[in-house]
Amino acid sequence: MRLKDLSDKALRKQLRGEGLGFSSGPFSIRVRSDVDSVAEGLKQLYGNFELNKTDFNDFNVGLFRPYGIRHWVAPQVDFYIDGYRPFRPLPLDQAYPMLEWGLNWCISNFANHLFIIHAAVVEKNGFAAILPAPPGSGKSTLCAGLVLSGWRLLSDELTLIDPKTGLICPLSRPVSLKNQSIPLIREFSSEAFINRVSHDTAKGTVAHLRPPQDSVLRQQELARPGWVIFPKWQKDAEAKLIPRSQAQTFIYLAQNAFNYSQLGERAFAAGTELIRQCDCYDFTYHALSDAIRMFDTLAEGKKGIT
Amino acid sequence: MKLPLTSEVLSNPALVSDLNLADWDVLVRQARRAGLLARLAETLKGSEWEASVPRQVRWHLEADHVLAERQKIAVRWEVSQIREALAELDAPVILLKGAAYVMAGLPAARGRLFSDVDILVPFEKINQAEAALMLAGWHAQAEDAYDERYYRQWMHEIPPMQHIRRGSVVDMHHAILPRTARYHPDPLKLRAAAVPVEGTPGLFVLQPVDMVLHAACHLFHDGELPHGLRDLSDMDLLLRHFGRDENFWVALPRRAAELELTRPLFYALRYTRHFFGTPVPKTVDDALQKAAPPLLMLMDKLFYRALGPEHDSYRDSFSRLARFTAYIRAHWLRMPPLMLVRHLLHKALISRKEAPT
Repeated sequence: MRLKDLSDKALRKQLRGEGLGFSSGPFSIRVRSDVDSVAEGLKQLYGNFELNKTDFNDFNVGLFRPYGIRHWVAPQVDFYIDGYRPFRPLPLDQAYPMLEWGLNWCISNFANHLFIIHAAVVEKNGFAAILPAPPGSGKSTLCAGLVLSGWRLLSDELTLIDPKTGLICPLSRPVSLKNQSIPLIREFSSEAFINRVSHDTAKGTVAHLRPPQDSVLRQQELARPGWVIFPKWQKDAEAKLIPRSQAQTFIYLAQNAFNYSQLGERAFAAGTELIRQCDCYDFTYHALSDAIRMFDTLAEGKKGIT
Repeated sequence: MKLPLTSEVLSNPALVSDLNLADWDVLVRQARRAGLLARLAETLKGSEWEASVPRQVRWHLEADHVLAERQKIAVRWEVSQIREALAELDAPVILLKGAAYVMAGLPAARGRLFSDVDILVPFEKINQAEAALMLAGWHAQAEDAYDERYYRQWMHEIPPMQHIRRGSVVDMHHAILPRTARYHPDPLKLRAAAVPVEGTPGLFVLQPVDMVLHAACHLFHDGELPHGLRDLSDMDLLLRHFGRDENFWVALPRRAAELELTRPLFYALRYTRHFFGTPVPKTVDDALQKAAPPLLMLMDKLFYRALGPEHDSYRDSFSRLARFTAYIRAHWLRMPPLMLVRHLLHKALISRKEAPT
């Protein structure tokens, strides 16, 4: 049974009771919540996910409204993992994004069996393009544009590399969009579904894009690393790929990994092996459609390689 | 109250073959909350019970095992850097707690996670040692002026010193209990009996009985309750290891009396035995009989809850109150009443958590 097959009432009941279980890539997640916007967000964005019921979950998380005055005046929401709250509460309006941020925090903190880079990652023809970049570089926008144009979404935030195989594990979940990229992606594709926006968060205005059905169905299919591309949106820039040094790219990835120092030698080995297999580029673009054309050309170049 | 699954499995790993998935769901979370998941992982790794760990659970153990292995390397490195920075200090540098267990190659280092390296230096050398560590990149990080004064005037340590590039933290102590505390175990006696770490000149650890006594007084008089079960597990491993030598058991209660630490030792032995089944000779029990607190039944009720993992699976209607009472008790022992009230008010009003990103 898929999440969207549940009635609103059944969904809410389950969230308030034993919790709603589903898998995202290698992780099984169980969410409990008494917040309506969380139920709504899950239904809209995770509709294509299969529900599962297992006695062991990787992450048991909850979003609950505090008792007391903050239930009524300027209401807030708390994020729980294993029964404790690692963060300060946020305004109730940010409950849904808090679920996504909280899950990212759990994965990047606990999953030290994987080498985790802070980067979006998408796949075509069996090869993954890793898009690390500082916030504000247009990484999420480009990632959203690509997955709405036939690329498979692996993750918009966390590139999970299995040090044993060097392969990338998908973690298909909703794509986080900020500020101007929300109307931009709405306009870009009529198929894009974006949920209600939350205002005034730490990251500005945020909303989430529903992951394409194909990405959800294929979330157990691992991908080989193909490229590391640093995107940068620049006004009126022509779409251009400029090769960059593998060594420098490695250092950047190491500095922007969540657990490079925790993994030490394992991360070094996994990172160097990754870079060895990848073509590395800086990429400037202005029009999203030009960028996608360029990415499609790259993917054509690797077609048929096994 | 039933024992937490974490301590049951750590003292009897064979139990894992009887666990169902729902039990594992509890065990992994309890152990992680208690800071004992890595120890559980290392206990099971390579053992005959490893095969009974269900497929879904394995990565959780592996992830923390990876972390603990790496931390051990990091601790060795940090210790070598500290030693180099303090080479000119005309006094022995004594490692305490986790770093001592690793450097002395003790079983208590097994699956031990770290947040800092604790060292003990003579009070009169604190300024010189701080200056030397600063030159090497560590800086004392008090949260505010109150915090600064709290540490410098009243505590047995200076504010945690964080390395500017590596982020590693050194906790530098000059005694094992605060200056404002009820008891004053003489640091000079501890230092005089410290033993050198083999292969690393200039570095010392406390002698076995003192190591156990320090762990006990840290847990029962210093309010380190969030790591309560992990600290008890450390003590369990220390006692089992040192306790193979009969002389250890003779020396332990004597030394406790000498250092005014019989009460914390009484608690430590009572609760390691409760949670981990640690074997303790009857002669030691007899020697410590007078150290039993009044209202022992009540203290049991309190500590069974306050020392267990802070997780829904190990909680009853009394748990919250027990934790709170234990917290106040530890502070009560640390400082005089007026100062305590002021300190708790400050902590309640100023303390902050991080925001998610």
